[in-house]
Amino acid sequence: MAGPVVRGPVGRLLERWGLNGGGFAHGVHPPPHKELTAHLPTRRLPFPDEVVLPIRQHAGKPARPIVERGDRVERGDLVAESQGFVSSPIHASAAGTVADVDFWPHPDGSWEQAIRIRVDRFSTQLPRPRLVPRWETLDPSELVDAIRRAGVVGLGGAAFPTHVKLSPPPEYPIDTVLVNGSECEPYLTTDHRTMVEFPERVHLGLRVMMRALGVERGVIGVELNKPDAIEALRRSAPTDLDVSVVGLTVKYPQGAEKMLIRSLLGREVPGGSLPMHVGTLVQNVSSVATIAEVFETGLPLVERIVTVTGRGVRSPANLIVPVGTKLRDLLEHCGGLTPDAREIVFGGPMMGGSVAHLDAPLLKGTTGVVVLTEADVRVPESYPCIRCGRCLDACPLFLNPQLLANLARSGRWDEMEDAHLADCMLCGCCAYVCPSNIPLAQLFRLSKDAVRRKRTVAA
Amino acid sequence: MEIGAVLGAAAILGGIGIVFAVLIAVAHRTFWVWEDPRLDEVAAMLPGSNCGACGEPGCRAFAEALVEGRLQPAACTSMGEAEVEAVADYLGVEAGEANHQVARLLCAGGSHVAAQQAEYRGLPTCAAAAVVAKGGKGCPWGCFGLDDCEVACTFDAIVMSRVGLPVVIPELCTACGDCVEACPQGLFTLMPSDHSLLVQCRNLVHGDEAEEMCTVACNGCARCVQDAAPELIRMEHGLAVIDYSRIDLAEPSATERCPTGAIIWLEGMQFPAESRLTGSLT
Repeated sequence: MAGPVVRGPVGRLLERWGLNGGGFAHGVHPPPHKELTAHLPTRRLPFPDEVVLPIRQHAGKPARPIVERGDRVERGDLVAESQGFVSSPIHASAAGTVADVDFWPHPDGSWEQAIRIRVDRFSTQLPRPRLVPRWETLDPSELVDAIRRAGVVGLGGAAFPTHVKLSPPPEYPIDTVLVNGSECEPYLTTDHRTMVEFPERVHLGLRVMMRALGVERGVIGVELNKPDAIEALRRSAPTDLDVSVVGLTVKYPQGAEKMLIRSLLGREVPGGSLPMHVGTLVQNVSSVATIAEVFETGLPLVERIVTVTGRGVRSPANLIVPVGTKLRDLLEHCGGLTPDAREIVFGGPMMGGSVAHLDAPLLKGTTGVVVLTEADVRVPESYPCIRCGRCLDACPLFLNPQLLANLARSGRWDEMEDAHLADCMLCGCCAYVCPSNIPLAQLFRLSKDAVRRKRTVAA
Repeated sequence: MEIGAVLGAAAILGGIGIVFAVLIAVAHRTFWVWEDPRLDEVAAMLPGSNCGACGEPGCRAFAEALVEGRLQPAACTSMGEAEVEAVADYLGVEAGEANHQVARLLCAGGSHVAAQQAEYRGLPTCAAAAVVAKGGKGCPWGCFGLDDCEVACTFDAIVMSRVGLPVVIPELCTACGDCVEACPQGLFTLMPSDHSLLVQCRNLVHGDEAEEMCTVACNGCARCVQDAAPELIRMEHGLAVIDYSRIDLAEPSATERCPTGAIIWLEGMQFPAESRLTGSLT
């Protein structure tokens, strides 16, 4: 649904309502800070001495470890098997010996069961030959199964198992596969570098997905601030498939599923519904490239591209790292922290989570490591709500954050549900624009937890 | 205006009034239910805090249970002995065995003994800290000390100490369970106040790793298991777990060789009573 883009103040006015070059209404424009790493080619991180693979690094049920202390594993070997449909297996990201299967710091602050592998320094790190079959010979259901076995999950942050997305119920036919290359979070350039350096992989991954779903049409959406990525994707686009690359308005949260569907197809996803209910499916561009990568190399998902950035790290970089690399090793490779570094965030600053432990490992879903300085994280004093309504104008889902916050403060969860708390995706636009610095997104996160707890108690 | 119209209107309204009055009178007679007159009296004698510690949904329901004889007055934990006696006298029943329960915290890791991994600057509630890297606390199973339980407690029975631990005052605690629900770490448990043996720790890692997180953590050495009566204490994931069905066998000797003091023999209050309040006064 992309149309012509008007520049200048008129354009900005139109864009607020999603009328400039297609797009969604509301949203915010946080400073992008992408200049730190956008131009840096990806490099490979040398294998660290130890990798740590927590059994919970995807949405759904944690995996179950199948190795024991002392076991020898090669790169790509299965070390934890998936439990149930919404779960994902985990593979060794480096050859070595299992040092332990025990509690280890998890990026979310808890200590979780994790498989620690002491990396064999003399190994060539070559995988066993072809653990993932070739895709050309597989029929759709075999493709989905191969993707499941390869442990592919969404690399955009939530780490939702990809095979679940690729198995929609038959009553909801999918007509278009959307690839999310907008990367609207500030600082992160993981998807950007993937598109610039591996555009063929993006197209191959999309081809595999379209084949698995039996879909004829694919659309790749990229924010207009990445002209080199758009250029690279257009140049390598296949001629035998209906695949288009569409430039999108630069606005947060352009990469949110519902916003992207609105921008690319002009379809509205009703509250409480999923993309498949409107006949589409959205997959992050890095995940799409990973699908291609596992079929190309025959190696399951054992490494990913991570942006290490922020003004608190000495030499920002885009790195290809083994899953399970400890934050400490990663930061050391990037020259260490500056003296004024204060907070480390996994993911982007809008939706990512702070990490308290330097031994916490990078997970499959870790898009980036942002090190913020004292100036970035200064917590301004919070004042009472002045009912200015800016949060209403910012919320891309047209919720009423001001009302929700009042209800959250007094613990009126039932009324919050009536005010569509469930539709809130915690993008943080409301908190970003609030002149009283009310931590709205944090309040909603807690409310969602409280509602969930209440449900489990009731059940 | 004719006086007839006024009188007519008055007659119609009055007539409707009389019809409804008769209807209400009939309904009152037909649907009248006998209620034990003692119910209101007993309900008035109860504390009226609707805390739910007796297991009934509020004081009125508890009064019904008393009048029916389903429960004994002592099941109410928020009344004093004299009040329990008064209710028992009024109903002419036994006061019953007072099974006084209190809330105990399964953590002793105040800021003086537990390591802090990072500084937390978010919303000052435990629920908020729990989702932001566990508030940066070194031990992810421990108490954040941000007073969600103190706020939740209806009876002011919880006071935060200077080292950030909730001190439960046993005399005021009615074991209503509000703190159990409020704690995002699930650290509160309700137990009879005469159960003296308690493991004040939920840390699941072993040995030095546990002690690095907190000097009073259970490091899983299992000395208490050896010193206690058979099967009273067992080790689970490097944590001593007490089987309270065998609590009668408990002796203080089980706690004597504990190198960290994670298992304690408890009488009365769990932590020293010095509160933030008294701290600021002295």
